[in-house]
Amino acid sequence: MDLITPEFGLVFWTAITFLCLLFILKKFAWKPILGAVEEREDGIKNALASAEKARKEMENLNADNERILKEARAEREAMLKDAREIREQTIAKAETEAQEKASKIIEKAQAAIESEKKIAMAELKSHVAGLSVEIAEKVVREELSNKDKQLKLVESMLGEAKLN
Amino acid sequence: MTLNTFKSVLFSALFLATSFAGYATEDSDNTDNKEFNPKEMILHHVKDAHGFHLWDWNGRSVSLPLPIILWTDNGLSTFMSSAFHHDDSGKTIVEKNGGKFVKFHEKIYQLEAGASSVSFDEEHHPTNAHKPLNFSITRNVFMMWVSVIVLLLIFFAAAKRYKKSDDNVPTGIAGFVEPLVIFVRDEIGKPMIGEHKYKRYMPYLLTIFFFIWINNIFGLIPILNGANLSGNIAFTCTLAVFTFIITTFSGNKNYWKHIFWMPGVPVPMKIFLMPIEIIGMFVKPISLMIRLFANITAGHVIILALMSLIFVFKSVAIAPVSVAFSLFITVIEIIVTAIQAYIFTILSALYFGMATEEEHH
Repeated sequence: MDLITPEFGLVFWTAITFLCLLFILKKFAWKPILGAVEEREDGIKNALASAEKARKEMENLNADNERILKEARAEREAMLKDAREIREQTIAKAETEAQEKASKIIEKAQAAIESEKKIAMAELKSHVAGLSVEIAEKVVREELSNKDKQLKLVESMLGEAKLN
Repeated sequence: MTLNTFKSVLFSALFLATSFAGYATEDSDNTDNKEFNPKEMILHHVKDAHGFHLWDWNGRSVSLPLPIILWTDNGLSTFMSSAFHHDDSGKTIVEKNGGKFVKFHEKIYQLEAGASSVSFDEEHHPTNAHKPLNFSITRNVFMMWVSVIVLLLIFFAAAKRYKKSDDNVPTGIAGFVEPLVIFVRDEIGKPMIGEHKYKRYMPYLLTIFFFIWINNIFGLIPILNGANLSGNIAFTCTLAVFTFIITTFSGNKNYWKHIFWMPGVPVPMKIFLMPIEIIGMFVKPISLMIRLFANITAGHVIILALMSLIFVFKSVAIAPVSVAFSLFITVIEIIVTAIQAYIFTILSALYFGMATEEEHH
């Protein structure tokens, strides 16, 4: 029966000792130990979270880069296209201009040639007329030396004039 | 450094105590021709005692005397247990502070005024003596204090490690202690009480876990000679009462409603359940008390009983069997030390969890 009857003395000392132990350990052991453990766990959690955040940011950055690269490529393409068009336009414009200029030059040349030709013709005509007059003088002088011949000449001349 | 200081203090204390014990040695009353009584021997080892019996030397028993503190009608009476000269049959009378005291079956009795020797009735109960309030430092109290010193040294050293390091990395003894602390927090506190409320109860849970565990272990160390603190019903009773008090005081509306007016059942059932729940309130800590006491005491009894076989059969040939079996039981008991500490703690946590559980429908 002794075995299962709590002794008052032991109950008393156990209660006092346990309460002291509880308060001392609570203050000087559990608080620092649990605090340190929690602090560390929070640290790990935060570190993991920030790593995840950094990873996501990195992903975003990569996506951005890709996008920017794509845009740049498209821009380059467009610029090249524009340049090509401009070049073609320029060439075409130059060609037409050149053609116009050339045709103008040709026209001018032709006009010059025509006028030169006219001048030359006029000169030639006057020359030919002079010659003809000279010849005619010589002929007339010879012809007019006898009357018959003078008359014949007049007649042929008249006849010629008619033909004209 | 603290550990070394502690070691030297402990050893010098033990040395002093044993040399002091030299004065306390007397001719042992136990004579060899007495019939060996295993029941008496086992109960003597399992129960508490005044004085710390260490060993017998040349027929004299060497023991560490412990202070006896009594509260009598005349006030406080204190003397060392060595004053009884190892007499446990009530023959040696110690006179102190006007009172006459005898020790009988490890209990201190105060003789009634005028009596000069204790007389017994047929059932060996003293008839002319009564028990004064006994606050003696018995061997269980002594071992409890030793265990407290060991616990404080371990956990102070561990806590210091954290203070020293900036990054809270457990080093040295903290590396050994931390998994246990985290075990109590993550396997006992959090699942039983819940994420939001467990923090309040952690100091209590950690303290009972390590306090019970270390005293279970101390009970198994043979040289400490029957320091069966956690197998003593007074010890388990006190801890169970603490658990009961904390449970009762942290009980919320929902907890009391479940005891006095169980929700969700018909009214006759509510009335029927109320007394059962009220009994349950008290049965829970009582079961805690009995479980720890019975488990630890049973372990001691088995080991001692196996050892007694040698003396019962009066043959050395039985010794190998006894030693083999008690070794086997001791190994099991080592596991039991941790399991019982764990069960006491987890059930306490469970009761706190039940007391603080919120209504969820």
